[in-house]
Amino acid sequence: MTIAEMNFFQRMLYILSNYGGSLAKGAATTMAIAIICTLLGCLIGFAVGLVQTTEPHRKDGMVKRGLLRIVKIILTAYVEVFRGTPMMLQAAFIYYGMSQLFGINLGMWSAAIIIVSINTGAYMAETVRGGILSVDPGQTEGARAIGMSHVQTMLFVVLPQALRNIMPQIGNNLIINIKDTCVLSIIGTVELFFTFKSISGALYTYFEAATVTMIIYFVLTFVCSRILRFVEEKMDGPSNFDLATTDTLAFTSGLTSYNNKTGGTH
Amino acid sequence: MEAILKVEHLVKTFGTNEVLRDIDFSVYKGDVISIIGSSGSGKSTLLRCINMLEEATGGEILYHGKNILDGSVDEDRYRTKVGMVFQTFNLFNNYTVLDNCMIGQMKVLKRNRGDAEARAMEYLSRVGMEQYIKAKPRQLSGGQKQRVAIARALAMDPEILLFDEPTSALDPEMVGEVLDVMKNLAESGMTMLVVTHEMAFARDISKRVVYMADGKIEEEGPPSEIFGNPKSQRTKDFLSRFTKG
Repeated sequence: MTIAEMNFFQRMLYILSNYGGSLAKGAATTMAIAIICTLLGCLIGFAVGLVQTTEPHRKDGMVKRGLLRIVKIILTAYVEVFRGTPMMLQAAFIYYGMSQLFGINLGMWSAAIIIVSINTGAYMAETVRGGILSVDPGQTEGARAIGMSHVQTMLFVVLPQALRNIMPQIGNNLIINIKDTCVLSIIGTVELFFTFKSISGALYTYFEAATVTMIIYFVLTFVCSRILRFVEEKMDGPSNFDLATTDTLAFTSGLTSYNNKTGGTH
Repeated sequence: MEAILKVEHLVKTFGTNEVLRDIDFSVYKGDVISIIGSSGSGKSTLLRCINMLEEATGGEILYHGKNILDGSVDEDRYRTKVGMVFQTFNLFNNYTVLDNCMIGQMKVLKRNRGDAEARAMEYLSRVGMEQYIKAKPRQLSGGQKQRVAIARALAMDPEILLFDEPTSALDPEMVGEVLDVMKNLAESGMTMLVVTHEMAFARDISKRVVYMADGKIEEEGPPSEIFGNPKSQRTKDFLSRFTKG
């Protein structure tokens, strides 16, 4: 039976059996780029967001204040430029620019990772800034009042809470990255969308190939969003706590811990 | 006796708004001082200036004779010696009760985990919260949070403890448990500076009362004098509003 004689489902099965390996490889590449770049983007975002929310200390001299100001202007420019232009063009700009201007030929992986990371970083910078601002100023005052330095306050009190608050947005970014890596096909990165183009080009079965690829994208993003939700719940910790006591009256429901799932101790 | 803290000609302005004008007073070891006055009289700002959460505009704050405002005293070090309890508790939401009382000891005072935990447990027992060490702040009532906040401040071994309206954000039935802890502390000889609207606390527990109005100290003296025989007309008016209830 030729492709032309098959029905919709047979064509999909045909694609899966003949190109399953390529699709899996494409999906793996997509996921690897998305996960690595979201993590790197978070690091960039935290660094930039931290600097953006730093206020000069009252005892700082003119030089330090001036320096902070200049760094902030540069970072703002970075955020605005990379948020304000399409990633597809950024990819072309950096990839071809590097080879034409500096004679550097970025490999497929390094190009993909650099482009998506700095793009994610630009979005994350604003998210982190919002996350830091969302933490009650009283938390900072409480930390400063027991003698913590600015760095300690940020590290132990503000950032952990900011991170929890922006987890949904980090999840958003991961999912956006899974889908947006498809623009990397412009520089020849062999990811899931590139694989789709190859298959549909070879078989002329655009509809079926698109369906199969869409399902794969959806499974990837859905699984990721569920996992992230689970991580968020873990971060919140249990909603109940045990009393630390030797008073047996506190143990009226027995000595076992409260069970979060069944709600009781039995 | 040398004063632990000596405030001289302290001035604080927010823009053109003069919140503190020429404040003078001293805190000696074992003092329990209540600062009373209407809202907006500058009581909280005074405490926040002493703890350097606000930068004083003028004057001096001498800690054992050293002016903390001229940059010669390490700010973070100084703050470990002058503890602060806030109206809004400000417990760290990302830590359990026990960790709240340990993190400052470990990160700021560099105590090891064992020492920090022992000290934290000692003070948590003292405020009656030793059973709740595994709870997160969001699982506690206001009064419980405030008692943990007091234990957290005590665990740093401060010389003075500042209280900024510690019972103002509490439901009436929880005010008592916090005041009991404070009374107990006062009796144990802790040096305390308390901004409060609890007149009973000011009258019965503090050794000195400072009445503030319009950013100035209007009257200062032992509670028997301030409550029994106030000299200033403004103090009389302020107190009569409370006694009429």
